[in-house]
Amino acid sequence: MRKIAIYGKGGIGKSTTTQNTVAGLVEMGRKVMVVGCDPKADSTRLLLGGLAQKSVLDTLREEGEDVELEDIRSEGFCKSLCVESGGPEPGVGCAGRGIITSINMLEQLGAYEESVGLDYVFYDVLGDVVCGGFAMPIREGKAEEIYIVCSGEMMAMYAANNICKGIVKFAKTGAVRLGGLICNSRKVDRERELIEELASRLGTQMIHFVPRDNDVQRAEINRKTVIEWNPEVPQANEYRTLAKAIEGNTKKVIPTPLEIEELESLLMEYGLFS
Amino acid sequence: MTTETQPTESGDIAAIEGVTPEQLRAQLLDGLPSKTQRKRAKQVLVNDPDSPPEIGANSRTIPGIITQRGCTYAGCRGVVIGPIHDILHITHGPVGCGYYSWMTRRNLARPKPGETNFMQYCMTTDMQEDHIVFGGEKRLAEAIREAYRIFKPKAISVYATCPVGLIGDDIHAVCRQAKEELGINVFGFSCEGYKGVSQSAGHHIANNGVFKHMVGLDDTPVEAPYKINIFGEYNIGGDAWEIDTLLQKCGIKVLATLSGDVSYDQITQCHQADLNVVMCHRSINYMAEMMEKKFGIPWFKVNFLGAQSTAKSLRKIAQFFGDKVLIDRVEEVIAAEMAAVRPVQEEIKAKHQGKKAALFVGGSRAHHYQDLFADIGITTVSAGYEFAHRDDYEGRDVLPNIKIDADSRNIEELDVEQDPVRFRPRISPEAKAKLVEAGFTFSDYQGMMREMKKRALVIDDISHHELETLIKTWKPDIIGSGIKDKFIIEKMGVPCKQLHSYDYGGPYAAFTGAINFYKEIDRMLSTKVWSFVVPPWKN
Repeated sequence: MRKIAIYGKGGIGKSTTTQNTVAGLVEMGRKVMVVGCDPKADSTRLLLGGLAQKSVLDTLREEGEDVELEDIRSEGFCKSLCVESGGPEPGVGCAGRGIITSINMLEQLGAYEESVGLDYVFYDVLGDVVCGGFAMPIREGKAEEIYIVCSGEMMAMYAANNICKGIVKFAKTGAVRLGGLICNSRKVDRERELIEELASRLGTQMIHFVPRDNDVQRAEINRKTVIEWNPEVPQANEYRTLAKAIEGNTKKVIPTPLEIEELESLLMEYGLFS
Repeated sequence: MTTETQPTESGDIAAIEGVTPEQLRAQLLDGLPSKTQRKRAKQVLVNDPDSPPEIGANSRTIPGIITQRGCTYAGCRGVVIGPIHDILHITHGPVGCGYYSWMTRRNLARPKPGETNFMQYCMTTDMQEDHIVFGGEKRLAEAIREAYRIFKPKAISVYATCPVGLIGDDIHAVCRQAKEELGINVFGFSCEGYKGVSQSAGHHIANNGVFKHMVGLDDTPVEAPYKINIFGEYNIGGDAWEIDTLLQKCGIKVLATLSGDVSYDQITQCHQADLNVVMCHRSINYMAEMMEKKFGIPWFKVNFLGAQSTAKSLRKIAQFFGDKVLIDRVEEVIAAEMAAVRPVQEEIKAKHQGKKAALFVGGSRAHHYQDLFADIGITTVSAGYEFAHRDDYEGRDVLPNIKIDADSRNIEELDVEQDPVRFRPRISPEAKAKLVEAGFTFSDYQGMMREMKKRALVIDDISHHELETLIKTWKPDIIGSGIKDKFIIEKMGVPCKQLHSYDYGGPYAAFTGAINFYKEIDRMLSTKVWSFVVPPWKN
């Protein structure tokens, strides 16, 4: 079983990219579980066709200790398995602790057991690693492979670089490695070259360049991944390519984060500051 | 018994067991890593009562050093507010903080007929993981409602524990709502344990809360000729009762003792006092200052521990009121009490004169108990506080020079203004000037070091390494300390009196208490049990 976490700046398209990629993998016949680690609990909406998924934490709160896997795990597109960690409304409690609680709960309930026959588990994590709780998926024994969704916009690259710092910290003590950057294009000038260069400076690769296409939004309005909504459109093939690239990826590294000056000079070089 | 140079009643401390204070200090600091050594060097000092050296008190404990200190929650809920016996105390947090602060201090309560007493109860919101993740505000609101439904108290006080601060529950908003809903006084304390270098931060937070939410709420007149409050007296083992009885004999009425066996109404009315006297300066000087600013009540330091000190304190109170009848009455009371004290004191003094004590405790106790020991001829050769500040060591005149660091800035400093209606100077400027001229001091605390022997060793926030070295080198005859050190000290063959809880004894305050203390110390010094114990590995 490959254990993958998707990180990236808030609003960059982590959940959309994750679900569309997972759609590509399940279409290939892989068994995949997606664990949404965002208090908003909207990481599995496209796979579940908009079905409101009861989150682990809500279930724990209402059912007490007597929770079964079926209560918190639903089947989505092509038998993909979907879990939402959930969490408090904004401004109260501790969302980070919530993630720790729900991942522990999943483990105790046997969601990762060999008998489930998972090929992949994907953790879709909130924008920034703001506290220990959000780093839970990359701690020892959890996700071992990280993909960072980014674009050619400065703040997205800045966030990607920061996340790499977090990975370095946990890579030193555990098995977690960076698998690559996924460029979710914002149609910035020379975006592909810029992200390829950033990736190489980080010691990794741009695993795929996902072009901007309104079919993604059309599929989303229909509460579906692109592959489910219209398997024939070119964007569906982009996600299939990304899924294959991840499946075939063997380049997993401890990243080498950039100093802020280096990051800025990179942007300068690619004409973004002119 | 030791035959080396003994400290004498009046003389400096020269050498004990052949080791001078300077040599012992060097020994305590020897071998520490350089940064630790630099820091501890500021906290381990050879005393000069004429000009006390600057001490590095109220600073963070060095990690790895076994410290006596407690947390901010303990200082707030445990020490200052806990003794209010007719309000409900709810600890908002996981169950441990509430449970382990349940009657662990011997701050006794004996409510008057018709009064309620909730001291035996322990209330907590018992937060579970769920409440950490989703926030505990609703849980707290429910707990307050439930507690009110069952007990119908006059007021409810809520205490934040560490996780509450981390997840940011707004306990004050919950309390405001509950106050509106239930129509009783409900208030909260942001006294998360981690908030400060010791429990001292909790005392300050508690003072602020008591002042904001209780003091001055009830103007129902309280009539008595001489009305005072006693601050910083916590009724451990019944101390406050002894002081109360003594003052009653003199004709002085205690409106409120903050905080020892005190009721909510006593606190809400205590702004009508003529005078505030302060026992533990560290834990409650804030309140004395704020009440003087707002209501015009003057304050001064007293000490009811030790027969001499009690007499001195009584005389000072009488002198403040300046009433001949009171002054005479006080003298009569002192004479009568001393008649009972003297024979016991003399008998015990004859047995133990010249022995050595070391005191490492509290924020005033390490100072106050020196007087009780002095009464029976025992010299305190080394002392230090657990959580006091520079002013408690060196005297209040250093206050303007105390550096405010990040840790103290973390604690709110209330902006107090004169009450437009109720401010009333309790003593005319002329009368005050006359007193001051005669050597009378207000808002005073000289600190511990000025009253200790020259070249006594002062050790702030003592570590176990330092304590053990001190015991081996100077061989004190008795040590006054707390539960965290007690058994280490006794294993080394030295009797240890707990001066936080008094073990199971007390009261030790006032004249009656002094007699108890002399007898207790006599008992402890006369038994050789500790020196007979042979550890199994030496058999």
